[in-house]
Amino acid sequence: MKKGMSFYFQLAFTLLVCAFLIVPIFMSITAGLTNNYFVGVKSGLTLRWVYQVWGLYSDTIWLTINIALVTTLVNLCVGVPCAYYLARTRSKLSAFLDECLTLPIAIPGMAIALGLISVYGGISEFRMSWLFILVGHVIFTLPFMVKSVLAVLQSINFRVLEEGAASLGASFWQRFFHIIVPNCKTGIVSGVLMTLTLSAGEFNLTWMLHTPLTKTLPVGLADSYASMRLEVSSAYTLIFLGMILPLLMAAQWLNRKPKRTA
Amino acid sequence: MNNASTSVAITLKQVQKTFSDGTLALKPLDLHIEKGEILVLLGPSGCGKTTTLRLIAGLEFCDQGGQILFGDRDVTSIAIEQRRVGMVFQSYALFPNMNVSENIAYGLRVRGESKALKEKKVQEMLTLFDLEPYAERGIDQLSGGQRQRVALARAIITEPEVLLLDEPLSALDALLKKRLRTDINALLKRLGITAVYVTHDQEEAMAMGDRIAVLDRGDIAQIGTAEDIYLSPKSEFVANFIGQMNHFDGLLHGQALSFKSNFMALPEALYSTHKEGERLRCMTRPEDMRLIAFEDATLKGAVFHSVFLGDRTRVLVSVEGVTELLHVDCFERKRYSRGDRVGLLVPPLRVVLLPTKETEDMPC
Repeated sequence: MKKGMSFYFQLAFTLLVCAFLIVPIFMSITAGLTNNYFVGVKSGLTLRWVYQVWGLYSDTIWLTINIALVTTLVNLCVGVPCAYYLARTRSKLSAFLDECLTLPIAIPGMAIALGLISVYGGISEFRMSWLFILVGHVIFTLPFMVKSVLAVLQSINFRVLEEGAASLGASFWQRFFHIIVPNCKTGIVSGVLMTLTLSAGEFNLTWMLHTPLTKTLPVGLADSYASMRLEVSSAYTLIFLGMILPLLMAAQWLNRKPKRTA
Repeated sequence: MNNASTSVAITLKQVQKTFSDGTLALKPLDLHIEKGEILVLLGPSGCGKTTTLRLIAGLEFCDQGGQILFGDRDVTSIAIEQRRVGMVFQSYALFPNMNVSENIAYGLRVRGESKALKEKKVQEMLTLFDLEPYAERGIDQLSGGQRQRVALARAIITEPEVLLLDEPLSALDALLKKRLRTDINALLKRLGITAVYVTHDQEEAMAMGDRIAVLDRGDIAQIGTAEDIYLSPKSEFVANFIGQMNHFDGLLHGQALSFKSNFMALPEALYSTHKEGERLRCMTRPEDMRLIAFEDATLKGAVFHSVFLGDRTRVLVSVEGVTELLHVDCFERKRYSRGDRVGLLVPPLRVVLLPTKETEDMPC
């Protein structure tokens, strides 16, 4: 059977993805699990490097988890009401707020970090604390949470649902927690997973905002590539992937789930 | 279950609504709906019927000076959640995150009623609306008719003072619509609840309401029973909106209305209220007109077209001096061909006569 152009195009695309994405990841995982990367797998498989990374950098892993979780919590408390406000209101203020929220996606992380340092860098206790990185992460990830919830709100007829609840005697907070939040669940979960993934993997901002005592996992990874042997930094990548991949897979699974409509 | 004890009358006094962009959606309106009465608000899109309903519900607030009363209780500035209304929305507004039972029980849940009471009343509603097999189903697993019943059950479980229905049948197919409107009407009567029902479907309005208020451009054009509105429309708008109406202009000469060589005798009650030579618009319904022998008639014409409609034949007749073709319904099984010369008989009591608005000369 004669194969068309599209077959060869897809084949070329698959090969390119393999060459530039899957192969490097596979090689990196292999490097983190072999005794000597330059000798190859025949030098033997080991978890020595993983243990060494854990010993040297476990505090960065815990800090990353801590920052990612608190960022998510802040995004939930701020992002969901913010999305609800934007979906409900059409005013100059809401348009301005929408623009402000979208801005961090367009501005390089470095620039946001520089702005934060130049304004708040002088407050030394704040500058030295992990809260400084938290602020950067919230600024960077909040738009993803807001947009994710907003997209769901715009796809359901939430105003009528709210009016229905109000006609039955529900107060504003009852309507918000009984109707709005549960019906935005897919958007909220998707926003949470995106926030966790982005915060855990964020490098640009964190590189600028961190101090020697407030290193996160990606900063530690860069540090280990610069100063340790390749097997150690590859084992670090392995731990990183172990943290990030389940989150990404959960996000993909959620996106594939059919959405309910009102 | 009976809502007669909780139901109240609704009174609107000088209720007007202007939207934030300055549009006057509702002209100052006075309306009284008796306790246990079903009033239908009927009109085309944009006539203000839904705005009126939303004002009664408390989803909108009227302009300064207006007043809305539920019985003796002034609810003008009270929000919907405190008005004790039940509402059925066009899209039903059922909560997708809850199943049928949870949807029905929601009004009791937000009032903090006990679990035992909730279960008892939900069971009552499920039985009343024939929804027992669907109690645990999600909303997206229900048909349109089932959703409509859930919405109605949810609205009345809290025994509201008034029930408001915003085009609740418009999303359903014609056959189901006919069946459900009979069911709803019977149910509302049995419950004895004061209800306001919005629709743009005149057939639905006539089947549902004790009274019908026909709205036109933010104002009540006419209010009355279905018979009043159908048989004695007060304006051309109402006449055209409810059922089909023939309208043709003529000049009043003595006791008859003349159209070139044709004329139509009028009863005293009609001609005595108008001036000699006045140009009048005559309106009559197709089912009230009859085709008679050409020689016996004073109003004569020729068949232009006829359509067999099963229960009747609709004959379109061209009459000299009348611009539009006149529609006549014939219930006897008789065939008419194009060009057949026929006479028209219009029972004088079935004629509505209004002064015409046009100023140009007529071919009389």
